[in-house]
Amino acid sequence: MVEFRYRDDEVTEQPSVTLDAFLDQSNATAVRLEPDDDARALIPFLDRLTLIEVAFPKFRDGRGYSSARILREAGYTGELRAQGDVLVDQIAFMRRCGFDSFAPEGSLNPADVEAAFARYENVYQGAADAAVPVWKLRHG
Amino acid sequence: MKLLTGNELGSGAVTWWTGSGWSIHVEDAVDVGESGEAILHAEEGARRVNAPYIIDAIDTPEGPRPAHIKDRVRALGPTVRPDLTLKPADPAAGDWII
Amino acid sequence: MYKYDNYDQAIVDARVAEFRDQVNRRMAGEITEDQFKPLRLMNGLYLQLHAYMLRVAIPYGTLDSRQTRMLAHIARKYDRDYGHFTTRQNIQYNWIKLEECADLLEDLASVEMHAIQTSGNCIRNISSDQYAGAAADEVADPRPLAELLRQWSTFHPEFSYLPRKFKIAVIASPEDRAAMRLHDIGLELVKKDGVLGARVFVGGGMGRTPMIAPEINPFVEADDLLSYIEACLRVYNRYGRRDNVYKARIKILVHEIGADEYRRQVTEEFAHVKTLGIDPPLAELERITAFFAPPAFEATEAEPDRSDPDFAVWLDQNVKPHKQAGYAIVNISLKPIGGIPGDASSSQIDVMADLAEKYSFDELRVTHAQNIVLPYVAKRDLYAVWHALREAELANANLDLISDIIACPGLDYCSLANARSIPIAQKIATRFADAERQRDIGELKLKISGCINACGHHHAGHIGILGVDKKGVENYQLTLGGSGAEDVSIGKITGPGFDEDGIIDAVEKAVEKYRELRDGDERFVDTYRRVGMEPFKEAIYG
Repeated sequence: MVEFRYRDDEVTEQPSVTLDAFLDQSNATAVRLEPDDDARALIPFLDRLTLIEVAFPKFRDGRGYSSARILREAGYTGELRAQGDVLVDQIAFMRRCGFDSFAPEGSLNPADVEAAFARYENVYQGAADAAVPVWKLRHG
Repeated sequence: MKLLTGNELGSGAVTWWTGSGWSIHVEDAVDVGESGEAILHAEEGARRVNAPYIIDAIDTPEGPRPAHIKDRVRALGPTVRPDLTLKPADPAAGDWII
Repeated sequence: MYKYDNYDQAIVDARVAEFRDQVNRRMAGEITEDQFKPLRLMNGLYLQLHAYMLRVAIPYGTLDSRQTRMLAHIARKYDRDYGHFTTRQNIQYNWIKLEECADLLEDLASVEMHAIQTSGNCIRNISSDQYAGAAADEVADPRPLAELLRQWSTFHPEFSYLPRKFKIAVIASPEDRAAMRLHDIGLELVKKDGVLGARVFVGGGMGRTPMIAPEINPFVEADDLLSYIEACLRVYNRYGRRDNVYKARIKILVHEIGADEYRRQVTEEFAHVKTLGIDPPLAELERITAFFAPPAFEATEAEPDRSDPDFAVWLDQNVKPHKQAGYAIVNISLKPIGGIPGDASSSQIDVMADLAEKYSFDELRVTHAQNIVLPYVAKRDLYAVWHALREAELANANLDLISDIIACPGLDYCSLANARSIPIAQKIATRFADAERQRDIGELKLKISGCINACGHHHAGHIGILGVDKKGVENYQLTLGGSGAEDVSIGKITGPGFDEDGIIDAVEKAVEKYRELRDGDERFVDTYRRVGMEPFKEAIYG
């Protein structure tokens, strides 16, 4: 269940299919990536996808962060959802990598999530979000 | 015999289960027999101990002595800094550690 | 020295607040130890044998006197009056209370310091050459790039949950004083046609499977470096092994797919990453570089008076040439005979801070060999510096000699250790206490680890010692022929291990064999490389 969503468009109702299933057939508009799936395989199809769900079976497995950035860097503008072991202490990193919805397995306190997003006013490096890195602020 | 040991959550100090509470002195430790797991869960849940585990030990006239060298070092303090151990005034206090 | 601006300070302050909140949640029972552990580790807080241990980052090993005094203050206020300098140029405190940790971090933040990413599967403190800015052989000061990397790697959103920890070293001299090629990424700054860039080595490391990093790129221009390193990390984050913690370091990935294939993947990723605009403009590197401008050296030709023989010995052993005429680099050895390698008391730390302020343009460095450097001392002040060091029992004249031992904390402190390291270091130093004998033996890098994780760099020791657990008893393996310098190599094991006294005897036999076999002014490691293992084996086991 999607607990936190930071988009204004309609929620995709279609269930997501696995990457293999998607590449085999399909005209699905929602797909789910496991940590060891190559996100780049989706690049030719980004226009027709409205939801990409990235699985985090364990929060320590950080491959999904790279998947997310790769998809955003390739121009994907649909919903990018982090699903699974999504914790309040990682959620700000996820958002910076381009996730804009979150389906944590456990429940998260909305106030804690807001606090996590607001914690750091500035960032040191460019990523997939709109945050302006400190070096850019320093040099105009 | 089996001992239950862990650390105090706030201070980090090494502690030993005494049968009714926790002590920093291994000499106060008691054999937990088969009940170690149950005590461990209850005490950890109540945050009276952090990262607890059960160890093998032998009973001696001076008190329980952990079987493994790591827990013997834990029981007194660093062998290279007798001044920082639990018994800084007793130069022979660490004779049983190694 | 780099100085924080408001952005840097705000980020560190926010981290203190975040950690305070995490500690409070733990103390209140809102999160379990399993959930808290990765959070505290991300901030360098371990639960060790006797207590919590906090590792404080010393970026590229550089400190000013105010920061150094704060380290002493922390040792007094929150610990037991001493600190331990580590092989990654950091400092560790062994007796920290969780409930006081946030206050400690707040004190640290007041002098522009932190414990961010000193543990965890993220990019760790960037290490560098302790002679940066003072060495005659450097093509540039490596620290501005190290600071640029520090900022880039701090809270990097994509690389905070890597397969395993990630260590980067930056040097700028052909002489490698930072064990650069034994890092996950090693950078050596070089100039090509007047343009600053770096040789990039990837996939070195010690631990269970020691590897020397192969060169992945002979020259990456300075303004491409962040993109290039980002590409190196992205390939690792995606394809590094996560099925086995012992095979999760990048060295295993590079080794398994081969340097050529890794290079190909990085080249491809870099071509993409470079289009993203993540490299700061050169103006940012220039802004940082301005903080590392050479200090206001005076024109001085004065040479020290060598008439005090103890002073002359120290001068010859611990003082190194400087790129500035009239100045010298002073090495403060934290290896007194029979002492604990890398430990310094609060008052000793204060003395070193005072000396830095008075005689070294307010700067100190921590070395990966667990010593301290005063990088900018006028030669006319050397005698005064030596005097003050001697008063504080810090004038040990043994730099790079057999008693200048690297040792991890070992089983006296560390919950991962299998055997004690410190007592072995103490006994070896005591066995070779005779200063003349040490100097006759010459450069001999002896390094001791208390477990296979190799924090004591034993693989890179001319003589290395590895403590293992043999059925509950400490046992020590001996290796010969390693080096962490530009002649980098991995030591080879001599044969069966020894008990505590046996290892001391074995070291002495190996050293005496070297004295017998050496040719001219050959170092121990040179003789070993010339004659091979056999004669040493015979001497040790024969």
